[in-house]
Amino acid sequence: MSETTAHAQNQTVHAQIDTGQQHPIRLYLFVWGLLFVLSAFSYMVDYLGVQGYLRWTLILVFMMLKAGLIVAVFMHMAWERLALVYAILLPPLLVLVFVALMVSEADYTIFTRLAFFGAAP
Amino acid sequence: MAHPVQTHGEPGLSPVGLRGVAADFSSDQRAFKTASWGKAMMWIFLLSDTFVFGCFLIAYMTARMSTPVAWPNPSEVFALHIGGQNVPLILIAIMTFVLISSSGTMAMAVNFGYRRDRRMTAMLMLLTALLGAGFVGMQAFEWTKLITEGVRPWENPWGAAQFGSTFFMITGFHGTHVTIGVIFLLIVAHKVWRGDFDVERRGFFTSRKGRYEAVEIMGLYWHFVDLVWVFIFAFFYLW
Repeated sequence: MSETTAHAQNQTVHAQIDTGQQHPIRLYLFVWGLLFVLSAFSYMVDYLGVQGYLRWTLILVFMMLKAGLIVAVFMHMAWERLALVYAILLPPLLVLVFVALMVSEADYTIFTRLAFFGAAP
Repeated sequence: MAHPVQTHGEPGLSPVGLRGVAADFSSDQRAFKTASWGKAMMWIFLLSDTFVFGCFLIAYMTARMSTPVAWPNPSEVFALHIGGQNVPLILIAIMTFVLISSSGTMAMAVNFGYRRDRRMTAMLMLLTALLGAGFVGMQAFEWTKLITEGVRPWENPWGAAQFGSTFFMITGFHGTHVTIGVIFLLIVAHKVWRGDFDVERRGFFTSRKGRYEAVEIMGLYWHFVDLVWVFIFAFFYLW
């Protein structure tokens, strides 16, 4: 009962003072710790000398998890309206098309170099 | 704990989900209902910056994939000689942890800002700026080390010449962002300390009233700098 009253008062105070992102400090500390652990994992991939597809998978997974946590929690994207979320997150996804184009272009460039200038040292 | 949805317009009337997206974009008002113009503009600036860094990383990827000359091994190039043995990538790892810590302190500064805790907000922002400056300092050390070893934008002692140009371009552009961020942090921290946002004093980039949201907008920029480093760390140093 008293908790609901306090909560209601709290809301009124918020409305009077400032709108904005109010989240418990514990959440930020938790995400901070998680980012630390994920970075340590990324570093360990290099330190332990993991190679090949496993290296790529691990690096990309840790990278995306870190990026997701930063954007969603630190940058408050998780609490924004979908209109803003889509406006910001969809355009960078299209960059992947650009990446695909340039990968095929790079493959073609190295193919012609090797074909015309001989084998690489 | 459920948080009340703060809408600037009429609460409870705006639909959610995809229906909400359509309603927001087609409304005869602002599209980003809960984000103020300042926050939306910072997000759109960061989107443009995403494209710039995206182009840099794609250019680097293309150069690295299409060179017939061997690419230097970053794990060895960025190793430090500590205690009689080479520790791979150690400086970069420390820089990563420093930048993540600065992101953590910044997120907490935003939180204390909305709680109107002037002292804690300013102190946390100063700590963030200090960690950012430390990052730039370590980057200066890294650049100095590589330059004395003979790395130039057009050559390097270990192989593909493009290594030098992409390294200086990508880390240089990121370092510039961090430096600007540190200056930006110091300016906003000074305003918080002086109490500008408590009295809603006019100023800064505009003549509008300053509110604690300025701390959050500043934070968006700072977290973005950390975000870009996540990608540089993965693609430049770990690849």
